[in-house]
This record gives sequence, C-alpha cells and structure tokens, in this order.
Amino acid sequence: MRTHSLVIGSLVAVTLAAAAAPALAQQGLDEPFQKTFREALAGKTVAYVPVAMNFDLTEGWYAGLKKELEPYGVKFEIRDPNWNTNAGAQAVTSLISEKPAVMVIHNPDVQTYAKLLQRAESEGIYVIQINMGSAYRSSAFVGANWIEIGERQTEGVVKACQGKSNKIAIIQGALSAAASAYTLKGVENVLAKHPEIKVVSSQAADWDAAKAKAITQTVLKQNPDLCGIVGFWDGMDIGTAAAIKEAGLTGKVFLATSGGGERKGACELVKNGSFDLNMSYDVPTQAAQMAGTIKWLLSSGVKAGSVKGFEYSTLIPITKENADSQTSCWNLSDLKK
Amino acid sequence: MKHFRLGQQEIVFAVFAALFLAFSIFLKGFLTADNMLTLLQNVAVLGILGLAMAVVVIGRGIDLSLIASLAVPGGLVLQMVQNGHSLHASLLAAGVLAVAIGLVNGWLIAYAEVPPLFATLATGLFVAGLGQAALFQLDVVQWSDGMAGFERLGQGSILGIPTSIVMFAIAAIAVFVLLRQTRWGAFIYAVGDNAFAARVTGIPSRPIVVLQYVLAAVIGCFAGLVMAASVNSMPTRIFNSTMIYDVILVVVLGGIGLSGGRGGVVNVIIGTLLIGTMLNGMTILDIPYAGQNLIKGVVLLIAVITDTILNPRNEETAQQGDI
Repeated sequence: MRTHSLVIGSLVAVTLAAAAAPALAQQGLDEPFQKTFREALAGKTVAYVPVAMNFDLTEGWYAGLKKELEPYGVKFEIRDPNWNTNAGAQAVTSLISEKPAVMVIHNPDVQTYAKLLQRAESEGIYVIQINMGSAYRSSAFVGANWIEIGERQTEGVVKACQGKSNKIAIIQGALSAAASAYTLKGVENVLAKHPEIKVVSSQAADWDAAKAKAITQTVLKQNPDLCGIVGFWDGMDIGTAAAIKEAGLTGKVFLATSGGGERKGACELVKNGSFDLNMSYDVPTQAAQMAGTIKWLLSSGVKAGSVKGFEYSTLIPITKENADSQTSCWNLSDLKK
Repeated sequence: MKHFRLGQQEIVFAVFAALFLAFSIFLKGFLTADNMLTLLQNVAVLGILGLAMAVVVIGRGIDLSLIASLAVPGGLVLQMVQNGHSLHASLLAAGVLAVAIGLVNGWLIAYAEVPPLFATLATGLFVAGLGQAALFQLDVVQWSDGMAGFERLGQGSILGIPTSIVMFAIAAIAVFVLLRQTRWGAFIYAVGDNAFAARVTGIPSRPIVVLQYVLAAVIGCFAGLVMAASVNSMPTRIFNSTMIYDVILVVVLGGIGLSGGRGGVVNVIIGTLLIGTMLNGMTILDIPYAGQNLIKGVVLLIAVITDTILNPRNEETAQQGDI
C-alpha cells in the first residue's frame, strides 16, 4: 500500500515537474546585464573631431562608428575643423563645456590638444584618440603604429633592392606631422641595420601628389638605377607612382606606401602595379575597435582617465597576392550603407 | 631717346641666369636634356596658372579664386566619370562651371564694383566649399576606368617633349596671341593701364573686365585637367595650400606689376623658369624642406630689393598704387 502510494506520489511529482519545465522555458530568463548596458548607452553623445572630413580615413571612421553605435541610441556630433588646427582646438574647447560622454579625437599634432584632452578627462569625458596620438595619454588610443609602418615598408624596399643598386629614396609627408616623423624613425631603424643601402634623396612632399611626382621625377632622372622608394601615404604616392610609370620604371622601382586600405586608393592601385606594397591600417577594423572601446567604457562606468590603454592596429600588408581579396580592402560606399 | 633701364624682368632673368649657371657648373646631372625637361615639366601647371593670373593682373585685378577654378571643375570631371557619366558630358559640365565662376567674378568686380581682392577671395571660398559639400565624395577624387585615354593630357610625351610642357606652350601661345594680336588684348592693357581713360575713349571696359576673369577661370580649369591627368587623381584639397602665393609670385617676380597694364607672357615664362630652376636644383641637392623655404625666401628678397634700389619709387609709381 505504502509503496503503491509512493509510486503514485512520485509519478505525480514527475508529471508535475514535466508539465512545469516547459512552462519555465516559455517564460524565458532575464539576462541581468543587457538592460544596464542599453541604459548606459541610450541618449549618450559621442563627439568626433577629425582633422578634416572628406577623406577616406575620417569618413570611414565616422561611418563605422555610426553603424555600430547609433542603433543603441547614441547621438553623434561632428566638428570638422577642415585642416585648421586652431579651429580644431576651439571645437575641442567648446565641446568640453557641452560635456559629451565620449570624445573621439584625431590629433593634428602631438602638442596642440594635449592639455585640452587632459582637462576633458578630468571633467568626466572619456577621450579616445585615433591614429594620431597626443602627448597626453587618454582612456584609449586606437591607431596605427607609425614606427612599425616605417619599419615594415623599409624592410620591403630593402628586400626588393637585394642584388640591385641599393639606392633608395624617401618621400616624406609634412614635416610638422608627427605621423611623418614617426614613420621616418621606423625607416631609420631598419636602415641602421642595412649600411649597404644608400638614401639618395629624403624630401618632404607635404602630403601633396603633385609635389611627390615632381620630386620623384627629378630623383629618377638623377638616379635611373634607383631600386626602391619609401612613400609615407598612398594618397600622396599616387604622384610618386605616376612619376615611376612615366619614367618607364614600373616593376623596377619598388614603391612601398601606407594608408587606410580604401579599395580605390589602395587595392586597385596595387593591382595595376602603381604600388608594390601598401601597409594598410584597415579603417573599418579601427572603427569597430573604437566602437567596442566606447561600449566598454560607457557600460563599465569607470572614472574618465582612471584607465588608460592602447589598441595598436594590426597592419595588413597589401601586395599583388591579396589585392584581389574581398577582405584586404574596403569600400566607403558599402560602409555607409 | 630710350634709356636702358634694368627693370624687374631683367633682374629676375639675371638671377635666373646666375642660378642656372651655378647649378650647371657645380651640380652634376643638372645640365642634361633629361633634367631640363623634368625641370620644365614640374612647373608646367604653375606656369599655366601664371598665364591665367597674368591676364587678370595686366587688367589691374587679381584672382584669388584661381586655385578653386583649378580644383573644382577638374575634380568634377573625375567625380562625374566615376559616377558613370560620359567623359564628354563631364568635360562640358566642367567648362560650364569654369565659365560661371569667371562670370560671377567679373560681374562682381565690373558691375557691382567689389574690389577684386575681396570678390575673388569670397568666390574662391564659395566654389571650394561647394565642391566639398555638394560635388565630391572625398577630397582626393580618384581616376576611374571611364577616364582611360584622358591621362595623355598630362603624361607621356609628344615628339620627345613631355605633354605637360607642350600644354604649357600651347597655353602660352594662345595667351600671347590674345594679348598681342587681338583687339580684346589691347583693350585689356588699356583698361589695366587706366580704366577711366579707357572708358572715355569708348572701350567697353566693364565687359572687358568680365572677359579677363572668364579667361582666367577657363585657363585655370585647363591647368586643373593637366594636373589631374598628370597625377591620375585630383587632390581638391589643394585649395587649402599656399599654391596661390606661388602663382602670384611667378607673375610679380616675372615683372608684371600689380598696378596693371604692363608685362606679358614672356614675364610669366621667366618667373616660372626661376622657380623651376630653384626647385629642381634644391631637390637634386637633397636640401631639407625648411632649408628650401629659407633659400626661396632669400632669393626672392634679393630680387625684390635689387628692383627697389635700381628703380626707386617716384611720385608717379606711388600714385599708381600697388595691392
């Protein structure tokens, strides 16, 4: 009898449990963190101050950030100083009083914004610096390691020069730009290990394709046996490449350059032989890293300026081998969709 | 009786000759046919722009919107072709835009009587802004497949002479013929020398002023196309550069006074040669950028100071006024 009722009792219990279990699953389980995450992001303002809009890097960062953050109700403010350092400093100053949650800053040089960014973080604004850092170390730096870019470009050129004249030229950017000076340091690091390489010309072309072309033409006339050129930006080195092509030396002079990896400005030009090596810092990945950092900072609630870290971009060396690949380069129009 | 006076034109030519001689003797690889062609090729676009500026300065004006006329219509061609329009339609649109820039400049200066310095400063900013805001997707407009063949305007060579030099020569001859062989050219000189006297004698001085600015914009647009073809892209950001000063320098250094009515194509060529020789020599010497600016400044100062010593200001030139 007793055992009988026990059996019935346990049967009932099992049936009840079996009935209850699906009911529990249907109700769902509340994930305890997503609500606070959403609340931390909704309605927050991210202010973006590039050196200028309208070029592949800054447009790409903007499009990438917007795509990642706008669905969470993050508001974007953009201040375009259009290459004017003073206007940029004013924009940052006025932003500090407007107190956005995050500022994404693309520095024109190492010093100008440094003090301002420090003030911004002391007022509770997270500062993320992109590609060009300032002397102030803020919550996060996302960007290219210019020294590494200079080193890897030069290694490419040195390798291509083996068994040839060992004469190379350097086409720098603008002398006032730290990106240019850092890249040059990278170039010097590698050249110090290769005393056989002779630099026949090291000139600044001011990021200007026409100037780069003029300098390269003159250098190639003086040194027709030149074996390689280290250029500092693909937007400028279109001119360098045009000079090499006009001299009929495409394929004989190895041209290494760097840039953001936009398809028309990078992969297409590697494919048609204008560039032999383009070190890309892959703008969409940088944008995604910045967006991730913003999500982390806002949801963590850490005090601005209390954590500081770096996210150097992993470089993609674009050569003939991978220029055709879908992932080596990116299209601005696709990123904006 | 005509006294031989050493004018600015002769002084600049002498400076050029001295520099050229020094480079030829001391700089290995300077005086070769190849390098001479490179030298000219590097300043061809600057020279074409100098011609445009010369037309305006001879008519006693100045055109600060010239770099916008170079960058925006040229960039428009590349952008339209990139967007799938035909090359012919794009060139036509660029031509229309260039003429429109010239007409607006000319109207503001001749009819609304706004000083050229302010009028062209404003239109230049407006046109450059229009390009950035409405016409171009990116500052650097890239070459696209639809442009195939057009690069011959700025690359390669005709009969062994690089094309951009040929283009400079064509532009120089066209401007020379216009200024010296046509009635319009004579009118430009007359208006530039003394606008009131020109009007009294029945010259249509206002339309002539409009004509100057239209010509400048069209020549500027042509320079832009040569430049774009030469570097396979149009860096429209060039508007923010200091190129306009180089252009004014070529014109004034060559001996076309800002007071108007004097000088011609030869002066532009001399000014261009001096700048070209300096740039080329310093590149061969691999002089650092800062040093280059220093040397450029010193040579220009020498030319200007020599001119002031040899041709001191008198009552007449002072009244003419400079900008």
